Amino acid sequence: MIEVKNLHRHFGGFRAVDGANLTVETGTITGLVGPNGAGKTTLFNVVAGVLKPTSGQVFMAGEDVTGLPPHALFHKGLLRTFQIAHEFASMSCRENLMMVPGGQTGETLWNTWFGRKRIADEERALRAKADEVLEFLTIEHLADHKAGQVSGGQKKLLELGRTMMVDAQIVFLDEVGAGVNRTLLNTIGDAIIRLNTERGYTFCMIEHDMDFIGRLCDPVIVMAEGKVLSKGTIDEIKADERVVEAYLGTGLKNKDVAL
Amino acid sequence: MDLLNGFVALANFVLIPAIAYGSQLALGALGVTLIYGILRFSNFAHGDTMAVGTMFAVLTTWGLQAMGVGLGPFPTALLAIPFGILGATGIVLLTDRYVYRFYRAQKAKPVILVIVSMGVMFIYNGFTRIIIGPDDQRFADGERFVISARDFKEMTGLAEGLSLRTSQVITVITAIVVVAILFWFLNKTRTGKSMRAFSDNEDLALLSGINPERVVLVTWLIVASLATVAGVLYGLDKSFKPFTYFQLLLPIFAAAIVGGMGNPLGAIAGGFVIAFSEVGITYAWKKVLGYLMPPALQPDGLMQMLSTEYKFAISFVILVIVLLFRPTGLFRGKSL
Repeated sequence: MIEVKNLHRHFGGFRAVDGANLTVETGTITGLVGPNGAGKTTLFNVVAGVLKPTSGQVFMAGEDVTGLPPHALFHKGLLRTFQIAHEFASMSCRENLMMVPGGQTGETLWNTWFGRKRIADEERALRAKADEVLEFLTIEHLADHKAGQVSGGQKKLLELGRTMMVDAQIVFLDEVGAGVNRTLLNTIGDAIIRLNTERGYTFCMIEHDMDFIGRLCDPVIVMAEGKVLSKGTIDEIKADERVVEAYLGTGLKNKDVAL
Repeated sequence: MDLLNGFVALANFVLIPAIAYGSQLALGALGVTLIYGILRFSNFAHGDTMAVGTMFAVLTTWGLQAMGVGLGPFPTALLAIPFGILGATGIVLLTDRYVYRFYRAQKAKPVILVIVSMGVMFIYNGFTRIIIGPDDQRFADGERFVISARDFKEMTGLAEGLSLRTSQVITVITAIVVVAILFWFLNKTRTGKSMRAFSDNEDLALLSGINPERVVLVTWLIVASLATVAGVLYGLDKSFKPFTYFQLLLPIFAAAIVGGMGNPLGAIAGGFVIAFSEVGITYAWKKVLGYLMPPALQPDGLMQMLSTEYKFAISFVILVIVLLFRPTGLFRGKSL
């Protein structure tokens, strides 16, 4: 689905992403792990079009999408969520979801005045869809709450819900589990698995919680210092010495540490 | 009877002028606040955008007057507003295409855009003066008064007169209609919601199905319309002089900031706060107090707190006071 070839992104002299090569296969939930500063989020930002790569290429389903702006990628079905949940704070959760799909009739000024009927029909369909999504995520009671006022974990669910408003091909989740309590984390995990199996979403997720990764992800990609270190199942990764080294430094190599 | 006379004097010299002036400021401040909320910079060219729009409206008005087209008791300028909006929109969109878009693509810092907008301000400034000249232009016609002071006295038998000018009534009605349409648009339509979404969270808006260029285009369109309407109303109420419009930038910005930058409701509240302070502080209260106070306590002086030359300073005093207590403005806007 996604193929990243020799990707570089430098900030001045700092090589945040330094020649990363990786693929995310269709239909998988691919985990992306690595110590802080490994370049995971920068890689996400480059793939999602927020940052331009210094060099290298990104392919989506065989098509070169390097450097396309975010909203163009969005229309191709590449979506992302943020490490710190983003929301349109002054709008209700339902409105937040209804904002997502592009190309709505009401987007042009002309139609705002002269296409009222079509807009009303569309809005009704959108509203139904938004309610369905909220129900799927078990937060239907928040539909009319201002998105700026719901809890951090609920905002993360809303982020996930946003991807369900359009036919996403691949979703990049940036630490969707960070700062979320166990119960809500399970809800998020369930939703991700259901989206993957029932709707065929491909996921690529940055995560630090190894239990969460173990439950969801196969395969797992490890990044360190801007490069891809290894790729495999969670058990393979845990057994890989280079990975332990990247996380904990060389000194601890021989001690018995669980990741 | 004295109480009534006192109130009539108050309404005539303070309330009515302040409400009309406040409506004009509110419309101006709405434009500033929209640009700040959506394009994320303080648009110093706004006063001169108003001047450009009004200039086109004035030229059209003269044309219509020459052709003998009129609205009877209403000022012909009302017919000319759409042409003014068209002209202002054209200029503003050209500016955006050849100036602001460049800086947007660079992701320039807001402070750079502010300086750029000052450059644009000077260009608009010159443009207006080259075409219509730097002098005062009158373009109001139609019935001057809805109620003149003399009629009012005859009607009520009061010693104080109350005059209500057509321009004041039109200002308030137009402002209410325009604000109602704007709020409906921002809250109920998809385009308006896109604008709010863009203002709430640009990153997220860019990663959703919102086309940023279209949001920018619509924003400029609305801002040009608001600026023209505000400018024409101000011109009808007073007169059209390019320099006055440039000066209006100060109270308009004060209004937008007092209300909370980026918050449309705040811009309206701010407009009225500034207008009432300005009119109230520069008004000589002797007359009103003369009616209201018992003879023994009647003031000797004019009871004018500041002379009218200082009216622009008042905006800033209010601004400082409000920001001391509420750094983000009366209605929570974006912190500056």
